[in-house]
Formats: sequence, C-alpha cells, structure tokens
Amino acid sequence: MLHTVCKSPFEKNSLESCLAHATKGSTILLIEDGVYGALKGTAMSDAMKKAMANCTICVLEPDLKARGVAGKLMDGIKLVDYSGFVDLVVANDKVQAWL
Amino acid sequence: MKFTVMVNEGPYQHQASDSAYKFVEAALAKGHEIFRVFFYHDGVNNATRLTTPPQDDRNIVNRWSELAAKHNLDLVVCVAAAQRRGIADADEAKRNGKDANNIAPGFRISGLGQLIEGGIQSDRTIVFGA
Amino acid sequence: MSDEMMEGGTQKKFCYVNRKAPYGTIYAWESLEVVLIGAAFEQDVSLVFLDDGVYQLTKGQDTAGIGMKNFSKTYAALEMYDVEKLYVERESMEARGISEEDLLVDVQVLSRAEIADLMEEQDVVLSF
Repeated sequence: MLHTVCKSPFEKNSLESCLAHATKGSTILLIEDGVYGALKGTAMSDAMKKAMANCTICVLEPDLKARGVAGKLMDGIKLVDYSGFVDLVVANDKVQAWL
Repeated sequence: MKFTVMVNEGPYQHQASDSAYKFVEAALAKGHEIFRVFFYHDGVNNATRLTTPPQDDRNIVNRWSELAAKHNLDLVVCVAAAQRRGIADADEAKRNGKDANNIAPGFRISGLGQLIEGGIQSDRTIVFGA
Repeated sequence: MSDEMMEGGTQKKFCYVNRKAPYGTIYAWESLEVVLIGAAFEQDVSLVFLDDGVYQLTKGQDTAGIGMKNFSKTYAALEMYDVEKLYVERESMEARGISEEDLLVDVQVLSRAEIADLMEEQDVVLSF
C-alpha cells in the first residue's frame, strides 16, 4: 500500500498514526505540509528512522522546495516529483491518505 | 491505469485541490486515464464560477475547467455537499427555489454513487484532503 | 486485487477510515453519508475507527445545546444497510480513556496491528 501524509507531524498526529499502521514493505509519501516530517534533527526523526527499516519513505520534492527546507532532508528519503507520485500509485495496489 | 481522484477541500484554504490538480495533470501526461474527479466536503467549492482570485496567483477553478475541457474529464460535485454549501447548477437552483446558480464550466452535480462507481471501475482511488 | 464477479458486477473491499471526532467538523457525518449511499452498490464494506474517530461512536450524544443534528443513531441503523463490519482500534480507545461499554453500537475491537493488517487487505480506502 502507498500511504500519503499531507500535514505536518507537529500540527496533527496523522504521520505518527501512519507510521504506526504502515505494514512492512509499504511506501509512505509525504506531500504538502507532510514534508516537514522528513527533516533532520526533529522530534520525529527517531520514529522516521525506525520506520525506514520497514518502509520506503518518499517526499514530494516540489513541496519540499516550496517550503525552503530541501537542504534539511534526512538521509535515506527518496525524492519524487508529481510524475514519480503517479508511478508510486501505479506500483502500489492501493493508496491510503492520512489527513 | 484508470484513476478516480477525490478532492475533499475547497480552493485556497488547503493545498488539497492544488495537489490533486498537479497529480491529475501528471497522470494524464503519462498516458493514464482519469475516470473521474469527485469533489466532496468543502471540495465542492472548487466548482463555483464566482471566484476572483488575485491576477498574479493561480485560478484554481478555471484551471480545473480548462483541464476538463482539454482532456474531456468528468468532474463531479456531490449534490448533498453542494446543496449544503451553496453550489448549484441551473436545475438545482430551480429545484431548490434559488434565484441564481453558480457552477463553473466542466463540473456536473451528481450523487455519491458516482464516487463509489469510480472506486469500483478504477484501478486506483486517490484521496486529497486535510 | 481481490474483486470477484457477483451477479454481473464487480465486488471490491471498500474501507472507510474514520479518524476525526464528530461535530467539530463535518467529516464524520459526511463520511457516513457515503457509507449509506454506497450500501446500494453491494460492495464488501468495512468501517474502521481510529484515533479521534473512536469518539464518533460514544453513547449519550446530546446535541441540543449546540444546535446541531445528532446523527449518532445512524451508526446503529447501518446493519439495516448490510453494513456490519465496524472495527474500532483498542489502542485509540485506551489513549482516550474509552472502553467498549462506552460505545453505542456493537463493534469488533481490534489491536493496532490487526487494524493495520485489515486495512492492507482492502481494495479501496476512503479517508475523510
């Protein structure tokens, strides 16, 4: 399954809940304000590192750039554009949005 | 592949409609089919032709109408959510005794069944919300 | 993908994921409206209540003072629409100090891991 998260983990618990429910082998795509969850040195970084052991975590690059935080991305996170977003949807059997 | 896209938030308030638009655009560019874009909750507000956003910013409503015209997209606005929020076409306005309608070109008002049908007929259903 | 042909139509596993409390926003009610209309399509429907979504099912909702329609009875009416698979996450209830006795309808309480596996088995996941 592809999981999308669109809100900051410091605003809502959507990312936290997504990480707690994503099964092994899932892909998680952070979009919109969700991209803040992928930055280095935050209160989410440990949880994200743990999640990366079981899931592939991606970030929508245009959203990262829009927010001026592209230089602070954690290691091991894949960058995709909207075309890559479409590819992720195709490659996974379904999509769950964490709102 | 065939996609059904659900848009749960209105224009400008959340990025949902923007993200959905960019996704649909990218999917079409890759040769995929958009079975339907279904607007629900405040998403129905993407269908009013009465917006006048600043000239130097994107026109979210017009952008959807233009994309729909260019690619023959089916943009469906949920009737119940639309009635609640004041989005009406000529028929709805007449039926509900309103003195005006405001639906933008390219959008049509229909029932929630269209969303379910989209989920059944499409290979993937993607939700954009907040 | 697990769809099977039933009486000439496709049947897919539809999962409605509810994570928001009622009344503060419209998502809980409008999500129910999708379930009610969707029932006519005879799909394999599951409702999952996670995070604040568990609050949608608490007994004793009295909305007179806030002037909003109390739609909580609708959950009990779901079985008349053949929508019987209501799953509530144990950890979400515990974090909120709620137990099964506090709920207004019969549900299956599942652990977080079971809920995760259940969602993984679906064909279409709708979030509100």
